[in-house]
Amino acid sequence: MSWWLPLKASTFAGEIDGLFTAVLIITGIAFVVVEFGLVWFSLKYRSRPGRAAYYTHGNTKAEIIWTAIPAVTVVALGLISNHYWKQMKGRDSVPADSYPIGVHAKQFEWQYTYPGPDGKLGTTDDYTIRNQLHVPVNRNVVVILTSEDVIHSFFVPVFRVKQDAVPGLTIRAWFNATVPGEYELGCAELCGMGHYKMRTRVTVHTQVDFDAWVKTQAQGGSE
Amino acid sequence: MRKFGLVLAVAAGVVGLGAARQSRTPVQGGTVTGKVKFTGVKPAMPKIDMSDETVCAKKYTTPPTDESVIVGPAGGLANVFVYVKAGLPAGATYPAPATPVEIDQDGCRYHPHVLGIMVGQTLAIKNADGILHNIKAKAVKNRPFNVSQPTSMTTPRTFTAPEVMIPLECNVHGWMHAWLAVLPHPFYAVTGADGSFSLKGLPPGTYTIEAWHEKYGTQTATVTVTAGPKTADFTFTGK
Amino acid sequence: MSSLAAAAPRAPTHHDDRTFVQKYIFSTDHKIIGIQFLFLSLLFLFLGGVLAMQIRWQLGFPGQPMPGGGILPETMAPGGVILPEYYIQLVTMHGTFMVFFAIMPLLVGVFANFLIPLKIGAHDMAFPRINMASFWTAFLAGAVMFASFFVPNGAARAGWTMYAPLSARPDLSGADYGQICWCISIVLLGLSSILGSLNYITTIINLRAPGMTWFRMPLSVWCLFVTAILGLLALPVLSGAAIMLLFDQTLGTHFFDPGAGGQVLLWQHLFWFFGHPEVYILILPGMGMVSDIIANGSRKPIFGYHSMVFAIVGIGFLGWIVWGHHMFMSGMNPTLGSTFMVTTMIIAVPSAIKVFNWMGTMWRGNLHFHVPMLNAVGFVAMFVIGGLSGVFMAATPIDMHIHDTYFIVAHLHYVLFGGSLFALFAGITYWFPKMFGKMMNEPIGKIHFWLTMLFFNLVFFPMHILGMAGHMRRIYDPTQYEWLKGYQPMNHFITLAAFALFATQFLFIWNFVWSLFKGRKAEQNPWRDNGLEWTLPNPAPHGNWEKVPTVYRGPYEYSLPGAPDDWYPQSSKLPNDREPAPAPAPAH
Repeated sequence: MSWWLPLKASTFAGEIDGLFTAVLIITGIAFVVVEFGLVWFSLKYRSRPGRAAYYTHGNTKAEIIWTAIPAVTVVALGLISNHYWKQMKGRDSVPADSYPIGVHAKQFEWQYTYPGPDGKLGTTDDYTIRNQLHVPVNRNVVVILTSEDVIHSFFVPVFRVKQDAVPGLTIRAWFNATVPGEYELGCAELCGMGHYKMRTRVTVHTQVDFDAWVKTQAQGGSE
Repeated sequence: MRKFGLVLAVAAGVVGLGAARQSRTPVQGGTVTGKVKFTGVKPAMPKIDMSDETVCAKKYTTPPTDESVIVGPAGGLANVFVYVKAGLPAGATYPAPATPVEIDQDGCRYHPHVLGIMVGQTLAIKNADGILHNIKAKAVKNRPFNVSQPTSMTTPRTFTAPEVMIPLECNVHGWMHAWLAVLPHPFYAVTGADGSFSLKGLPPGTYTIEAWHEKYGTQTATVTVTAGPKTADFTFTGK
Repeated sequence: MSSLAAAAPRAPTHHDDRTFVQKYIFSTDHKIIGIQFLFLSLLFLFLGGVLAMQIRWQLGFPGQPMPGGGILPETMAPGGVILPEYYIQLVTMHGTFMVFFAIMPLLVGVFANFLIPLKIGAHDMAFPRINMASFWTAFLAGAVMFASFFVPNGAARAGWTMYAPLSARPDLSGADYGQICWCISIVLLGLSSILGSLNYITTIINLRAPGMTWFRMPLSVWCLFVTAILGLLALPVLSGAAIMLLFDQTLGTHFFDPGAGGQVLLWQHLFWFFGHPEVYILILPGMGMVSDIIANGSRKPIFGYHSMVFAIVGIGFLGWIVWGHHMFMSGMNPTLGSTFMVTTMIIAVPSAIKVFNWMGTMWRGNLHFHVPMLNAVGFVAMFVIGGLSGVFMAATPIDMHIHDTYFIVAHLHYVLFGGSLFALFAGITYWFPKMFGKMMNEPIGKIHFWLTMLFFNLVFFPMHILGMAGHMRRIYDPTQYEWLKGYQPMNHFITLAAFALFATQFLFIWNFVWSLFKGRKAEQNPWRDNGLEWTLPNPAPHGNWEKVPTVYRGPYEYSLPGAPDDWYPQSSKLPNDREPAPAPAPAH
């Protein structure tokens, strides 16, 4: 059980975790200042016989300082975040060379359609597997998300990737997995009573293993 | 969807009917028996991949296959629901038995795959697997329902209106399907792998018997029951 | 204006000959209406807590029969084991009960009703009968919502956020009558809110006592004023959306059905366009009461009164343009993700201003930690954590990981429980004497505060860790996931702490009920507060004042140099005070 973020297994993870740490430091400083200040004031200025409060309605300079510093900080955070946001989710963010996988979400399973040996979706060598996502390592992958019935959400924590699958929309989300291994995906939008069981085994293969897997799948897919 | 041809053969027979001395359930009465055969090209049934449900996967030594078309070794078509569609005496009522009809979820499959129940009779939905299944009944004349069973448990349900057929499905395991028919009378049967069925205790009269298959649709036969056994056979053809 | 003032409630000039029913049941007295809201919403707060305990039971002890669960029907918990469809009803209704029938009516229904006329020096609200209608509509809405558990197929179960199409399709959710009940209840509640807002806004604008200028109003009234405007404009959007949802379910319309020309995301836009101002409705009145109480407990004027007003108005305004931050992952245009991120980051600033001003109020004060002051300072300490955790979500790349996880659940509970609920404990204790003429018990209040503070943090702080791990929301059984199995001890721990937190609230319930009957009789101004309400006897009489007071100063003149005491009421005249300019029309 980790007290921190999960294993970093995609190119997004390093950036997101870095941003997370930066926000943690900034908010951590604010947290310490406020909480320590509250405790300090509570002790130092507690009522004692003969004590009088200092009558003042405020201090304009203080107001300006504690308005400006948060304002500048959040605007800076926003600009930095936006840079990564555009890269990860922007309209033109999906790299042109991305390996496409069709992901059709329905109550309560994920159907993954692979492009088969020709690498193109929508051709006769495509095959569909239930609840198993296989991707090659260090390749840009784009999942093309659709939904049969209600809103579901494609979420792989180790990739730090999440995107809702919405009925009536076809949504593309891309990622690049960097660490071979077996991981999990969970549905991240309440979709009915089986929402908690809508998982997928995610396997990141080396390119060689992936090619071999594609070959065996193309020969005899299962339901 | 494959098209299919229709061949119908009917043989006549007579069965004697004793006058009912007691007015209890007519145990005596006419019988209609028959066989449902399959001819033509048997479709290949795809394998079901249960690898992400290990509790179920390990109940099979060979991978399970889709059960929508099951043909026995002698050419009998299984899971055909045969029942009296019309012809029972007007105003006849048949009380629902107190014993429930059971349907079980075992190895992530419904057992039985096709079943019948009477209006007012209890359906006991069991979960031998002990893992989450949900049973969604896409009924139209009855109230549809969708209940989950996260562990081994039995959920009872009853039905108020005749309906042929109510599809049952599990949304956690998308390959799981069953078919439930609700009838106001007890004259129905489901064929086994040998394709045979038997409808007992019919009062004399002319009946429409219907055979229903989930893939090949329905066929009807008209049978007049007077005395002696009657036979009605059906053949479904695959292409 | 003058016709309105002429129609304003008059002081009772005759003996009060109302019947029991007119006095206490169908009352038009704002104070009684406030107390009626208090009892109704405390009941729903308790019920919401009972639902939460069941949720925590399932998460802490997945699949185990719940103690006492045997009384639940087979469709919910056979043998006491919570079914998945019941679990998501619990999750949905916990949120619904708490947001719409506990926190909102406690903050607004109770305190806007009770405090506004008292604090601005009016006899009653501008529209007393509409005010009465506001309570009874809320009561009806609550009854319908509660009843939804008992209709065939049970309560609504698409989360309190009711996303379509799950909420619009009984064949996909399993809920039919319950979903209809939810929609009807929400429309009724929206009506209640709108009727209330009409009163609060009109009363504050028109019925302030002579000398009660805008900038002499207590911050509690400023907050309630801005809250009322938010409510007036936001609730109709929710009601509209709920009606569209109701039509999709019952009349065969297709507003949210993409197969027939509808749009799934339409629901989310409508809901969150309401939903974000709603969360400011759920916090602003608490902030206002906390300002009054911290100034009182510090025996000092509020630091930066004008900045505080600016921040309140700023929050109210900015709250309308951040709603898309609930939808970053929804599939809406990612450019909107950028714009909403900016506005969301900016809205952190007015809240920061308020926190610093509260600290400035305490700085060099003469701090008396009576129970309301403890809870008010607790509010600041916990609200800050909730607000800061919001910064993580506002940064959209981080949100990609933590959206719809327990990180969000932690955030919302820090602001709603750590924030609003502590503010409510403060406010109820503070104005209890004004409502009932008795004091709540101080030692029990202090124990309740410290235990609540302890257990609250033990329950909700670890949820940040769960969220960082990717633990999704609204999950019936986290052990289905290999990567979450290791966090089960943490879920177990949170559950035990939650049981302790719930048990601690019985101290508050006991204190409240016991004090109603056996509490120490309150002196007229037990907190030595400057507000106009404390110039009245406890409890305050029908019509409040015989003659409306005149106001000579702001509400926070504590420790005024030269004053005989460390407080100076708004309506007490010093030799140097000038009479206010004559009002446009007589107020009485």
